[in-house]
Amino acid sequence: MSQGYSRRDFLKVSSVAGAGLIIGVVLPYKHRLVAAGLVDQTFDPNVWISIHPDNTITIFAAKSEMGQHIRTSLPMIVAEELEADWSQVRVAQADAHPDKYGSQGTGGSGSIRRSFTRLRKAGAAGREMLIQAAANKWNVSPKNCRAESGTVIHLSTGNSFTFGELVETASELQVPENPVLKNPKDFKLIGNAMPGLDTPSRVSGAAIFGVDVQVPDMVYATVLRCPTFGGKIKSFNRKKAMKINGVLDVYEIDEGVAVVGKNTWAVIKGQRALEPKWDHGDFLSWDSTRIKNMMEEKSTGKAVIAREDGDLTSLNGDEKIEVQYEVPFTSHATMEPMNCVAHVKKNSCEIWAPTQSPQRVQTTAANALGIDTKDVIVHITMLGGGFGRRLWADFVTDAIQVSQKSKKPVKLMWTREDDMGHDFFRPTSIHKLSATLSNQHELTSWTHRVIAPSISGQMAPERFKDGQLDRSAVNGASNIPYDISNVLVDYIMANTRVPVGWWRSVYNSQNAFANEGFIDELAQKSGIDPYQFRLNLLKNAPRHLGVLRLAAEKANWGKKMAKRQGMGIALHESFGSWAAHVIEVTVTKKGELSIDKIVAAVDCGLVVNPDGVKAQMESAIVYGLTSALKGLITIEKGAVAQSNFHEFELLRIDEMPEVEVYIVKSAEPPGGAGEPGLPPVAPAVTNAIFAAIGKRIRSLPIKLKDLKV
Amino acid sequence: MPKFTLRINKKTHRIDIDADTPLLWVLRDELGYTGTKYGCGRGLCGACTIHVDGEATRSCMTAVDNVDGAEITTIEGLSIDNSHPIQKSWISEEVSQCGYCQPGQIMTAAALLDRNADPDDEDIDSAMKMNLCRCGTYDRIRKAIHLAAKEQK
Repeated sequence: MSQGYSRRDFLKVSSVAGAGLIIGVVLPYKHRLVAAGLVDQTFDPNVWISIHPDNTITIFAAKSEMGQHIRTSLPMIVAEELEADWSQVRVAQADAHPDKYGSQGTGGSGSIRRSFTRLRKAGAAGREMLIQAAANKWNVSPKNCRAESGTVIHLSTGNSFTFGELVETASELQVPENPVLKNPKDFKLIGNAMPGLDTPSRVSGAAIFGVDVQVPDMVYATVLRCPTFGGKIKSFNRKKAMKINGVLDVYEIDEGVAVVGKNTWAVIKGQRALEPKWDHGDFLSWDSTRIKNMMEEKSTGKAVIAREDGDLTSLNGDEKIEVQYEVPFTSHATMEPMNCVAHVKKNSCEIWAPTQSPQRVQTTAANALGIDTKDVIVHITMLGGGFGRRLWADFVTDAIQVSQKSKKPVKLMWTREDDMGHDFFRPTSIHKLSATLSNQHELTSWTHRVIAPSISGQMAPERFKDGQLDRSAVNGASNIPYDISNVLVDYIMANTRVPVGWWRSVYNSQNAFANEGFIDELAQKSGIDPYQFRLNLLKNAPRHLGVLRLAAEKANWGKKMAKRQGMGIALHESFGSWAAHVIEVTVTKKGELSIDKIVAAVDCGLVVNPDGVKAQMESAIVYGLTSALKGLITIEKGAVAQSNFHEFELLRIDEMPEVEVYIVKSAEPPGGAGEPGLPPVAPAVTNAIFAAIGKRIRSLPIKLKDLKV
Repeated sequence: MPKFTLRINKKTHRIDIDADTPLLWVLRDELGYTGTKYGCGRGLCGACTIHVDGEATRSCMTAVDNVDGAEITTIEGLSIDNSHPIQKSWISEEVSQCGYCQPGQIMTAAALLDRNADPDDEDIDSAMKMNLCRCGTYDRIRKAIHLAAKEQK
């Protein structure tokens, strides 16, 4: 509506057209509902829902689907308020369009919690319009009518219209500004485990991921990047690569050497034939040890305070405990490597991308080509995993440059090796913690210094300078929930050339490991059961207490364990939700670790799709286990040392413990689901190992530890 | 270029292609069977699993000249309507998350069920452990295989 259409213009268009009801929300942050009408060439309303004369209802998902079943949960919210018949609901993927949908960025476990009310309002507006339309047709009061299962019923006569029969009349009505939302106790869809709308296509092989997109006249391409971060190509054997059957062209683009060909195999072989010579640059002399040394050196320097409560100088006499926790780089390793299909045309561009950030793709392309964002069409495919990696658009830049240079649509494919070597890794971190305990075993102070590369500092160095506070980096550290009078949390930025990015739960994964490992140590020092120790310190944190108690009860905390078996507990709040895990492990005499059982509790407020929440918890747990146990990225000669899944190991089914997930019943606003289950995993495992064999682990991954005791 | 005759999902395809081309890329790029996925290119992840003469096989490690004349089944050929017992149980257990690895998981599981009608957890683990899933659907995969075995009886 912002582009020169007044409500009057708009209604005129809709009443002329009259073959469907479309309800949208203009610029979501204005929380204002407008509109109704048909899409035509000259008018493009802000579509969320369209109700068709044949009774089907299309709900547009403006968030990316990467396994969180968002293309089921978002429609459930709309259909609930609309009183739609679920079997008539279809989902369509919204193309990138900031004016229509606001931010389509899919991250921060935010899809439901940030659009819940807006989608409810849109659905409720539709319901009220359909009811009004029926009332008008019957010439009765809308108070005498009710919407149910895709129909509007006249209560006194029992007459009914289907939604499809009402759309034409409804499309001539004004959209109510403040529709009445349903009472949650009347929810029929929300709160039920609904089957995923995309499940059948994922099981039949029909689901289209980025790599599956085919467009006419398309060529294929790979890009070989310098393994050393910041390095550049010096020379390559173009002739040899061109000799490969099917290779059409070989040339340099900004980030490396592109091989263009008739099919994927040709360009993979072409890439292997390149015999590249690199100008590695000055990062060649860096490795993981040097990075750690740099961070250690910085750790005694000036820190910037993130939280300061009470007075740490008044605690002489209390016993002081100091420890250091460490977390390495790790990779996203989505099963579908980075890829993008792009078609650069004369003054426009069409892109098909598995992206978590459609608008970043759009602006990346517009900037690269010097065209307007409105001339960049971005179709969002299914994502073969995201976890934060696909918030970046580096693979899109590659595709645009190749399509521009080759003057053809191109499918740009990263090999697994390209993908693993050039991720935006979960930042490595060092955590220096100290605490004091009084003679009464009272925790009198807590300090936590986080030393880590800054994602923001790497992205926007002019805004996030060395020495400044990156609030994100202390997420989960500065907000420890425990009732402690004297707290100091500070941060030291320690940037390196290794690209860092948002990895599932971001800095919460590192900070929770440090917090929850250390609090366990303090419980042990105090001679108090670690569950009880936490309970004592959480008297003013009801939702932390809620998940902690639920997990402990369901896991039968304190039950007798066999020799060399142990139970560990940990909790963490992130992304508007609370999670606690109890993990049982066995450590054999030889030092072999097995994770036997995980009992998880989550409080994510009001739950839309309980099976979706459960699946996300299971998923976050496995992701967290992989990084706790094995998934390790190290740097050698300025480059990533791991190339494929034989070196960067993921958890496998034979290592998969039994997992039980319990959801706290809540009427609070929805919280996130995709990430909150991850942060407590690593500390619950290391705490369980301590309980089993008395060995405290303060750095990851655990596979590098000798557990022979 | 050499010519090959490929029997895929009970259809015959004649194809001219380099003999060293992995079957994966023939299926995906040449014949449009995109249900079979690339994950590692080295037989480490199982996303590209198909059946060759009924055996679960890594198509990224299988050159096209090794399967000339063999009976090849991809996820698209397992059934036309998701009616294979494994597909049915995959749907009812809501196994898939992002879904990318699932065609490979399903093909491995279907081959397991063909040779072992009633696998226990250990059989499942040993058959499935070379199929990686980054979304962590392993627990549901186990449940779905048990369910399919039960339904099949």
